[in-house]
Amino acid sequence: MVGWHGAPVEELRELEGHATDEELTEQLLAPLWSKSRWWRICFAVSGAGTLLYLVAFTYTVVSGIGVWGNNIPVAWAYGITNFVWWIGIGHAGTFISAFLLLLQQRWRSSVNRVAEAMTIFAVIQAGLFPVLHLGRPWFAYWLIPYPATMAVWPQFRSALPWDFAAISTYFTISLLFWYVGLIPDLATVRDRAPGRVRRVVYGIFALGWRGAGAHWQRYRLVYGILAGLATPLVVSVHSIVSTDFAITQLPGWHSTIFPPYFVAGALYSGFAMVIMLVLPLRAVFRLSNVITTRHLDSLGKMVLAMGWMVIYTYAIETFFAWYSGDPFEVAQYLRARPFGSYALVFWGMVFCNCVVPQALWSRRVRTSPVLLFVVAFLVQVGMWAERFVIIVASLYRDFLPSSWNLYAPTWVDWGLLLGSIGFFSFLFFLFLRYIPFVPIDEVKHLRAELEPRRSG
Amino acid sequence: MRGRARFVEPGIMAEFGAEGELEHAVVRLRERGYTRLEIYAPYPVEGATTLLYQTRPRLNWVVFCAATAGALLALAVQWFTNAFDYPLNVGGRPLFSLPAWIPVTFELAVLAGGLAAFIGLLVSIGLPRLWHPVFEVPGFERASVDRFWVGIDRRDPRFDPERSRQELTELRPLRIEVVEVGR
Repeated sequence: MVGWHGAPVEELRELEGHATDEELTEQLLAPLWSKSRWWRICFAVSGAGTLLYLVAFTYTVVSGIGVWGNNIPVAWAYGITNFVWWIGIGHAGTFISAFLLLLQQRWRSSVNRVAEAMTIFAVIQAGLFPVLHLGRPWFAYWLIPYPATMAVWPQFRSALPWDFAAISTYFTISLLFWYVGLIPDLATVRDRAPGRVRRVVYGIFALGWRGAGAHWQRYRLVYGILAGLATPLVVSVHSIVSTDFAITQLPGWHSTIFPPYFVAGALYSGFAMVIMLVLPLRAVFRLSNVITTRHLDSLGKMVLAMGWMVIYTYAIETFFAWYSGDPFEVAQYLRARPFGSYALVFWGMVFCNCVVPQALWSRRVRTSPVLLFVVAFLVQVGMWAERFVIIVASLYRDFLPSSWNLYAPTWVDWGLLLGSIGFFSFLFFLFLRYIPFVPIDEVKHLRAELEPRRSG
Repeated sequence: MRGRARFVEPGIMAEFGAEGELEHAVVRLRERGYTRLEIYAPYPVEGATTLLYQTRPRLNWVVFCAATAGALLALAVQWFTNAFDYPLNVGGRPLFSLPAWIPVTFELAVLAGGLAAFIGLLVSIGLPRLWHPVFEVPGFERASVDRFWVGIDRRDPRFDPERSRQELTELRPLRIEVVEVGR
């Protein structure tokens, strides 16, 4: 392989070393058997975060959302910012698993399960925020069209029932996709587990998988079908989330570019999150033979590509605000955002989302775990800031100056944001402890494909 | 047992250490006239699977029908609730507002299709079935790690314990095991 300026470049491979199938299996199952100290520490910290979440959650439910900083006109603030941020993070998992499977990208194999788990846990966090934001979360079931004695039905011309359908479908399909992918590995765990209890428990979840030819044939077909179903689903979910904004009349929200803009932003933060999860795992569990430099390189490139789509939409959005000549649009995009009360957040967003990822043009940055982690972290911060700008900066300057108001988060708002990160990590550490987080069967399949065939 | 007739219930099995040896074994057993063979592998082995299963399962049609049914159900529910049972005039927009109903219709189609794919997978491979006679075969636990097994159905017309063992030995497997009859 030769670089663009003629210098030879070391070729990057999806799998390094010459481990046998048995060694690979042992290596990838090891985290399930050993109790490491760092895991306990991380688990305890994330458990504390979960407790914070429980406190803030319970306090909100008991007292009402008056304990948040929300006001009129800033009726959507941290609640919806966190919702959009989390659901965005939840997009890369299914994208990596489904879309890259359809494109036959081999580098997806080692990272797809981590990414899918991330999706499921992020969607759980995301789903809780709108429910909490209802104010009376115990009435959330009113979104379901059930024959009620009140004789009214949900209004399907509103974006809220769309959201409900999109997120519950996305969660269900992501979970199914994840579980189907897990079945062969659960069978491996069943066959290798020390002790009868684990053998029985994993055996139940493995459903009696025997790895028969008939199993594999249907399994691969169904996995492909699920990938085909999940790929448009990924695109639809954040498009539908964006319609929560786009079908309103508010300057800053009322824009047809919103669906693709949101999808690009979702994948952007999602890939950044995959990087942030995979890099520590790779270091702690010494997985650099399975999660190779090739994976880091590809993930870095994906972040860069998505970053440019986001930059493009920022530019187009601002251009159309100016081009429309609408005084409210102009005021929103050219005054309220760059020079208003939240200008610092806006410029922070521009720096994190537009400037920082340009470092990924350098191969050295893409292949350096530390630098890549820093970039991914800043992108994550930038994407949170983007949702804050979209929501708060658009709302705090209403049509009528008499209703203008500032927004400041309370400790409950912060508690829910940090607590949801804690709860997400809590679920993720449980996942690391009890489920093989690199797909063993896929890695072995990949090894068989990459190596010259051993003949009999 | 009648419902399981379509699945191979091996009477004798042989273990191999490599994918290529497995494929070779399937070819040779086929040449000898065996028709009801099954392979067991830790990951999908294309060659041997293609030899045994030429027909593509029709699960995709099941999924297609389920997805269509899901979409129609979603449309019917939205029409019934918003246009028929509780018609609400919102700014003079048509009661049958198809564009606004597309998101829910699409989501329900995907949901129904995905559930059908999952259930269809389980039905078509006869799972969950937590215990199976092959699990009692010594060494079979490595079929999910790094070993490749071939099994001959005891209902195969050519199956005969002695002759089949002889023919499997000629393939030089790592070991040959007889499967006890299922409980």
